[in-house]
Amino acid sequence: MITRDEFRTIADNGIWKQNTSIVQILGLCPLLAVTTNAVNGIMLSLATILVMALSNVAVASLRNFIPHEIRIPVFILIVAALVTVVDLLFNANLHELYLVLGIFIPLIVTNCIVLARVEAFAAKNPPLQSTFDGVFMGVGMLWTLALLGGMRELLGNGTLFGGIDMVFPGLSPLQLLPESYPGFLLALLPPGAFILLGCMIAWKNWMDARAAARVQRKPRRPAAAGVH
Amino acid sequence: MMLAPAPYLLKDASVSQVMTQVCIALVPGIAAYAWLIGPAILVQLVIASLAALAAESLMLWMRGKPLALFLTDGSAIVTAWLIALAFPPLAPWWLVALGTAFAIVVAKHLYGGLGQNPFNPAMVAFAVCIVAFPALMSQWPSVGLQLTTGDQINVIFGLAPRVDAMSGATPLDALKTALKLGDGDIDVAHLLSNQDLYGNFAGRGWEWIAAGYLLGGLWLWQRKIITWHVPVAFIGALTLISGALWLYNPGQFANPLFHMFSGGAMIGAFFIATDPVSGCTTPRGKLIFGAGAGLLAYVIRVFGGYPDGVAFAILLMNLGAPLIDLLCQPPIFGMKDKS
Repeated sequence: MITRDEFRTIADNGIWKQNTSIVQILGLCPLLAVTTNAVNGIMLSLATILVMALSNVAVASLRNFIPHEIRIPVFILIVAALVTVVDLLFNANLHELYLVLGIFIPLIVTNCIVLARVEAFAAKNPPLQSTFDGVFMGVGMLWTLALLGGMRELLGNGTLFGGIDMVFPGLSPLQLLPESYPGFLLALLPPGAFILLGCMIAWKNWMDARAAARVQRKPRRPAAAGVH
Repeated sequence: MMLAPAPYLLKDASVSQVMTQVCIALVPGIAAYAWLIGPAILVQLVIASLAALAAESLMLWMRGKPLALFLTDGSAIVTAWLIALAFPPLAPWWLVALGTAFAIVVAKHLYGGLGQNPFNPAMVAFAVCIVAFPALMSQWPSVGLQLTTGDQINVIFGLAPRVDAMSGATPLDALKTALKLGDGDIDVAHLLSNQDLYGNFAGRGWEWIAAGYLLGGLWLWQRKIITWHVPVAFIGALTLISGALWLYNPGQFANPLFHMFSGGAMIGAFFIATDPVSGCTTPRGKLIFGAGAGLLAYVIRVFGGYPDGVAFAILLMNLGAPLIDLLCQPPIFGMKDKS
């Protein structure tokens, strides 16, 4: 089973401390390519969460039967099989979005985040912990991609949740800035993603520095227990 | 033998002295600009300067640096003036302000402030705005349509509609488009004989602005603010490549004089590529830097999709500047050159 502390450490690592996009800087290719709006970022992250949770639990269950020497090919085969399932699910149920996300769903196989978590966590830990690790690493990716996508489309188009009608047919995007907003095209192009990602990393480091300064002012506080 | 009187040890010019002289050197070009194209440029200079000072104050305050020391050094004003001169004179006020703010906040202060920026801030502003707002950045006032001073100011502040008739391409861009549309049937000499758009040796009006920059640049060289290396290498490389192609096919390639006095070549060679922060500092490095920028500027402006290539050429060479300097270290005094 899983203890409360273990769960908290896994969640904290996934969402903040080891965040895939702004700390580990993994999976930059989908990050740059699909975050032209928040919806695309969220949907790709949801697909990745599904793949990561399933692949982590599969690898963790099989970890004692996979020969160490050929573990990477075996991991990739498991991940590829799961990605195929997700790919077909998107194609069948969210076909328009599937066309927008295009190559990036099959490319989840090559996303280094998935293999990194399988190799670094699932291959060494029991299935339950591994499932949570996959989910929370994905959640960390989800909020960063959603935030980045939201900022990019707000700056680039003045809208928020563009393309939401592809997921929920009844809804329409929010027009936050006036129609006459000329649109800052750079934000929608890859350089805009790099600049905004840089700002997010700086913001994260600034938050951590502030937290560290606060801890230093109260040195009596007991250190938080946790596995790293 | 000439002997100069004492003092023999001279103090290096301070940043503010250098920046003031750069601003003075820009005056002939600005005067020609205001006289031939319109006083709108003076409004743009004011907008850019105010935006630069505001952005600079904000960043200095956020970084906890002394405001008075850095605001009065003039480096922000030089950046602002170069941006105003690079942008179309009738660009909306917010475009100039946004470009200037981006230059100061992102290209200068996020990289560490004065002296730390790897890219020339003014050229970053130009590149960002031409990528983000290609339509607005390509609207240059067409010759033959004179607007009153009041009308020009109204257009800048969005109080008058931006009609297409008052905007055209730059002479450089117009020549490229006409040659492309002509598909080999139209020759340069025929196009250049159009006296509405082209003057004695380059774009009508613009040629004298470039001549003004040349004059200011020569004065900077005489004052020892810049050395001869970068401008000579820049203009030399531009002349060589444009001359070679012009000799090869004078019908399809404009002559070197046209390229020298068109677009941003003169201001780029004397005022932007000579930036001591983002450019090279060793003598041989400066030669390579200037020649590379001149070559790239020609290739981008003639074969590329953008109206002018000087900004992108200088940014690309900025990328290589640290490496070029590393490979061009002069030998230590008294030692033999290793190479």
